[in-house]
Amino acid sequence: MQEWFADFKADFQLNFIDDGRWRWIVQGLGNTLKITLFSLLIGIALGIMVAAVRSTYDKNKEAMSKHKGAGYHLFTVVNAICKLYLTVIRGTPVVVQLLIMYFIIFATSRNDVMIAVIAFGINSGAYVAEILRGGIMSIDNGQFEAGRSLGFNYVQTMIYIIIPQVFKSVLPTLCNEFIVLLKETSIAGYVGIVDLTKAGDLIRGRTFSAFMPLIAVALIYLVLVVVLSALVGKLERRLRKSER
Amino acid sequence: MKKILALTLAVLMVVTMMVSFSACKKEEKLVMATNAAFPPYEYKDGENFAGIDVEIAQKIAEKLGMELEIVDVEFGAALLGVAEGKYDMGMAGITVTEDRKKTMDFSNTYATGIQVIIVKDGSSITSLDDIFEFNADGDPVALKNPDIKVGVQQDTTGDIYSSDAVENWGLNDLNEDGSIATDRVVRYKTGAEAIAALKSDKVNCVIIDNEPAKSFVAANDGIHILEGDNEYAVEDYAICVKKGNTELLEKINKALDELKADGTIAAIIEKYIPSKAN
Repeated sequence: MQEWFADFKADFQLNFIDDGRWRWIVQGLGNTLKITLFSLLIGIALGIMVAAVRSTYDKNKEAMSKHKGAGYHLFTVVNAICKLYLTVIRGTPVVVQLLIMYFIIFATSRNDVMIAVIAFGINSGAYVAEILRGGIMSIDNGQFEAGRSLGFNYVQTMIYIIIPQVFKSVLPTLCNEFIVLLKETSIAGYVGIVDLTKAGDLIRGRTFSAFMPLIAVALIYLVLVVVLSALVGKLERRLRKSER
Repeated sequence: MKKILALTLAVLMVVTMMVSFSACKKEEKLVMATNAAFPPYEYKDGENFAGIDVEIAQKIAEKLGMELEIVDVEFGAALLGVAEGKYDMGMAGITVTEDRKKTMDFSNTYATGIQVIIVKDGSSITSLDDIFEFNADGDPVALKNPDIKVGVQQDTTGDIYSSDAVENWGLNDLNEDGSIATDRVVRYKTGAEAIAALKSDKVNCVIIDNEPAKSFVAANDGIHILEGDNEYAVEDYAICVKKGNTELLEKINKALDELKADGTIAAIIEKYIPSKAN
């Protein structure tokens, strides 16, 4: 037991203390959090926009097609673009998207973290959009009709009646998507960014011991996810108060 | 009817077991870990592995009376796998360094590698003098351009050297505890990705072993190796095995010596790197 502990200590010393290797981890954690946070924001913004277009189109298609005005045609085009976006982004692996962003679209940019934020943000947006659309479509049509008969127009019905209900019902799925996003950023190392996973890799490549860096990285991800789920859980409980 | 079926099944089972047991016994395997993106030392030629290391390993396996099995993994994973005993030996243009010696044993060297610098045509870097400021003794003291970025393959010696402090011929500023304060090195999974990054101006230069550098330059327009007295570092390639596996190491060394003596290794190297180019 004592021997094992001494080994553990030596291993810890080699992997984290010598040459200040723990700084890789700190740097990597910083980049992982930065990429996750900003791509989350982009993802939510994109997701809301796309979900708004898609669900509004689906709900009002019939009513609008009666007039066939300029607005209807414009809407059809925008809806088609959104559909294309969803198909392409959900149909290709995020690693490939990241590499395309890095080597082709932003070929001349040197701001690697920014490129990763955009790539992950655009990717996450597609999933968030479908989650939100699912939430909106799941609300009973009677709710819409009730809103309209109270004198609300479509937008007002959405804001005052539908969205509050949608938010509550999609929260667990959204939380799921954010967790996936956080862990997905571990592929940022492909384009030379030192994220948490890459930090562990770099330590591993210099100390040739697998256990410490991998377990440390895994534990940090675990803690991050646990904290994130706890926060969302708290929010959920708060939202449920209105149900009583 | 049922009995016949049961009998057939039983016979089939015995036969399969015998076949699988005999397959196990046939020949002992020598598992070699490599990163097959490092021409001309190792690369994929269609379905098969080719290159200097692969052919030398094949000869060694023949001498040892073992069957060679090649596992293609990332460079860092190859080293780690050998250190942990997952693979019997590692052969991937691996340079002998003091740090690596702590965790694995190295054979006699079989080839020499030179770290060179690749830049884009028309780059402002034309020699080492454009990268470093030198003092009177010819030692680097500072960087000419503190915004420089250098691309490397992760965990290779190019990575390790250039990640060091400027005074040690690296390109980074280090903290007092040896950690990196300013990181100017971008580490890619393969050399080819580093070259792609160089071509799109993500890095100013790439530091990599001489022979793969030649292959990359030959395959890509618009980049070249810094000529003249601009070698970044000279190093020895060797085969690594798990620390303490002296039995295998001695066998490998004996085979290597024999192959050196009868000119096999020279012939293999000549085949991939014609001496005119050296």
